[in-house]
Order: sequence, then C-alpha cells, then structure tokens
Amino acid sequence: MMNSLRPTHAGAVEAHALTVVRGDRTVLRGLGFTVEPGRITGLLGPSGCGKSTLMRAVVGTQAKVTGTLDVLGHPAGHPSLRARVGYVTQAPSVYSDLTVRQNLDYFAAVLRPGRARRADREEAVTRAIGDVDLTSHADSLAGTLSGGQLSRVSLAVALLGTPELLVLDEPTVGLDPVLRRDLWDLFHSLAADRGTTILVSSHVMDEAERCHRLLLMREGSVLADDTPDALRTRTGSATVEEAFLHLVDEAAADEATARQETTP
Amino acid sequence: MSTDAPALSPARTLATAGRVLRQLRHDPRTIALLLIVPVLMITLLRYVFDATPETFDAIGASLLGIFPLITMFLVTSIATLRERTSGTLERLLALPLGKGDLIAGYALAFGAVAVAQSLLATAMSVWVLGLDVVGSPWLLLLVALLDALLGTALGLFVSAFAASEFQAVQFMPAVIFPQLLLCGLFTPRDRMHPVLEAISDVLPMSYAVDGMNQVLTHTDVTADFYRDILIVAGSALLVLCLGAATLRRRTT
Repeated sequence: MMNSLRPTHAGAVEAHALTVVRGDRTVLRGLGFTVEPGRITGLLGPSGCGKSTLMRAVVGTQAKVTGTLDVLGHPAGHPSLRARVGYVTQAPSVYSDLTVRQNLDYFAAVLRPGRARRADREEAVTRAIGDVDLTSHADSLAGTLSGGQLSRVSLAVALLGTPELLVLDEPTVGLDPVLRRDLWDLFHSLAADRGTTILVSSHVMDEAERCHRLLLMREGSVLADDTPDALRTRTGSATVEEAFLHLVDEAAADEATARQETTP
Repeated sequence: MSTDAPALSPARTLATAGRVLRQLRHDPRTIALLLIVPVLMITLLRYVFDATPETFDAIGASLLGIFPLITMFLVTSIATLRERTSGTLERLLALPLGKGDLIAGYALAFGAVAVAQSLLATAMSVWVLGLDVVGSPWLLLLVALLDALLGTALGLFVSAFAASEFQAVQFMPAVIFPQLLLCGLFTPRDRMHPVLEAISDVLPMSYAVDGMNQVLTHTDVTADFYRDILIVAGSALLVLCLGAATLRRRTT
C-alpha cells in the first residue's frame, strides 16, 4: 500500500559531501551515497566508524550536519518526515515500566492522535506486535523481558506508522540465530510487500549477504557502495567479509603511500 | 519552528499524560509514598506543636504548599531524566510530537497526582487535625496545585543538567532548600537580613507560602492572594518554557 506513496525521485536517501563533526572530531568525512527505495541497504563497518552517527543524521537527530542529505525528497529532519521515517536505536528505547501493548499504544497515539482513529491504532498495534512475534508477551511489563525481546518491542514501535523508510541501528545484536533469521525474513517481507526502504547497520558480516545493497564504511568514509555480488566479484573474494577486509587493507595501504609521499 | 503537528495537540498531550500515569500505576509503592507521606508529616507536625496550636496553623498551612512542590520536583526530575537517558526522548522527538505536548502531558499527569495528594493532606489537616483556616480550604488546594506545577517545571528544567539520577536528587537540596529557608516558613521574611529578604522576594516559593498564609488569615480572597498565585503560576510557566528549550531534537 506504500508503493503509491513512494517518491518519484531516484533515491530514498541522497547524500552529497555529508560531514558531521562531534566535539573536535570529524565523524563523517564528506560522504556521498544513495539509498535505493524499496530495497534493503546494509551499512557495514567496524565499531566507531560512524554508522550510528550516519543513521542519526538520516533521521534528523544529529546536530552539526553539513553538506546535502535528502530523505524521501526532503532535507533530513524535516518535520513532515517524522511520521514517514521509523528509527530503532541500538539500545531499546521503550518504557520499561509499561507493558508491551501500553508502550505501543502510546507511540501509536503520538503518530495517529484522536479518538476517531482508535480502531485504526488498535489494528496497527496488534499487527506490529505480531510482526515481531511478541503476541504471547503483549501484556508483559517491558522491564521483565529479555534483551532480545526488548529490542523487538523497540522495533515494533518503529513499525507502527507503516514508515516508508526504516532506519535500524544493529537490530539483531544479542539475538539467537533463529530470531535473527526471522527478523531478516520480516525485513525482506517489509521491503517486498509494503515497499519499505530499509537502512540497516550491522557489524556481523554474514548478515551483509542478506542485503540488496551494501555501504561499507571505515573511519567516517564510504569504502564501497555496491551489491554483495558485485563486491565479491570486484575483489575476487568468496564472502563479503573477505571483500570488506580486502578493501580495508587496500585503503590502509593507500593511506600509507600517501603519507610516505608527503613526508620529505 | 515549523512542524507538521501544532506545538500543542490536545490528543497527544492527553496521550502523554495518560502514559505517565500508567507508568506510575505500575509502581504502587511510589503512589503510596506520594499520597501517604504528606499526611503522616502533617500529623507528626500537629503533635510536635501539641502545646502551641497557632504555630501548627502557621507552619502547617505553609507545608501544605511545600509538599507538592518538593515531591513533584523529585518525581519529575527523575522521570524526565529517565526519558532522556533511556532514549525514549530521542525517539519521541523524532516522532510528530510537539515539545509542548510532552511538557503539558507531564504537567497534567503530575498535576492530577498533586490534586489527589493535596486533597488528602488538606482534608486531614482541616477536618482531623484541626488546622484553623479562616479562608476557604479550596483556595489552599488551588495554591497546592500551582505549587505542584512549579515543582514539575523546576524538576523538568534541572533534569537537563543532571547526567545521572545521583545528580538529579542532589538538585533537590540545591534548588529547593534555599527557597525553603528563605520562604518565611522559619521566620517572617521581613525579619531576615535585608539581603536575604531581597533574595526571598525573587524566589517563587516565598509567594507560595505567602499565598497560603493569606488564606489562613483572611475570610475573603485578598488582592495579595491574587498577586501571590499569579506570581507562582507565572514562575511555573516561565520555568516550563525554559524546560522546553532544553528539549533538543538534534543532539551531538
């Protein structure tokens, strides 16, 4: 149903010369990339390479962003995007002293306020709980859930508004293999059936194989922006992990040569 | 600031207030402490001043205004600090929620708790402990409610400067105690050192206590009473706006 609302321009997210400074550190250095609509784009790279900062910039909660960053045809953080973009932070951000359903009820009321839309909200809440497979825990206090269950509550909140763009910061950390597979199946069905664009970060390389496209990051720069297949072919590697390591070594070698040339 | 949602949407404000109260409902011990401690303290006070009922009248009425201020300050500063540290604030501000909705929601929820708290404490004081009020007890309740809003506003504001719950509770002595000492509870304000009196003139709690004393000693609603409650309400509104300014959609 979201297909009709999909923007007509090329990318769901378009970045040019995107730079973010935190304190005296430049976390993102002039990035340029495009996230294709209706596809799953994986954001990969070692911890501290700027993945979370990039995601916060896309959802508009990051300060000191320069360059161009357009999301669904608007500058990132534009008020009209707030209902269209779903965001899941690394740490589950839900109220531990409310039940799963009460958490979702509240966020649903923020997204679709008013008594007239109550039935609408109830349907959205029930569907979101089902999407993340927590129906049997709907009335449990969030504080009593396991870490993996809690992060799924957080994901359910992001699914509530049927967002056109879903930004997920390491959503599968600490989950067992079965749950991870189920969540990836969910991501694929969201992209295929609802036309949702998904930007998902991970530092687990085997998850990269499940993405349509990959953005490989290192130290605030984009090393590669390609499909998993193309990456493997280009670097002559068997897995994305190998391809990534190959690119990292290459970049490090380039830097070393550059440094040698500048020192007299 | 242009936003899709108006700065204040009644439905979102009510949803927020309902959510805050629902959180509280899962914590019956806090509810019990909020409601029962003021009643116990005022009872204790009554028998501390067993031989001098007029002292109980003066201090008791002031305390009816101070309790809601202190408790709501503590509850709000911790609640909003949690909201900031748990990431729910960041999530809410990335949703179409106005900052005004969030703040008004908190004020509404804790205002409701303050009404229940003050009803109990005032009823106990006036009808059981024999607190001698010349004016209407409803006016005591009104001042108590405004004090609660002031406490909520101050709590919301200082939570922006606390990095942990340890720091948040330390703001209680830092922000509340000086006002407590200077508000005229211990000695009339005009008998303090002139410098302290001048300071007490700009602290909102002084007017909360003055307002209570107006009700205590006058049958009618006096001009001074109006001035006092306007100052308390105005301060609460001002600090709420300052609190709103500490809610940032974009953070570093």
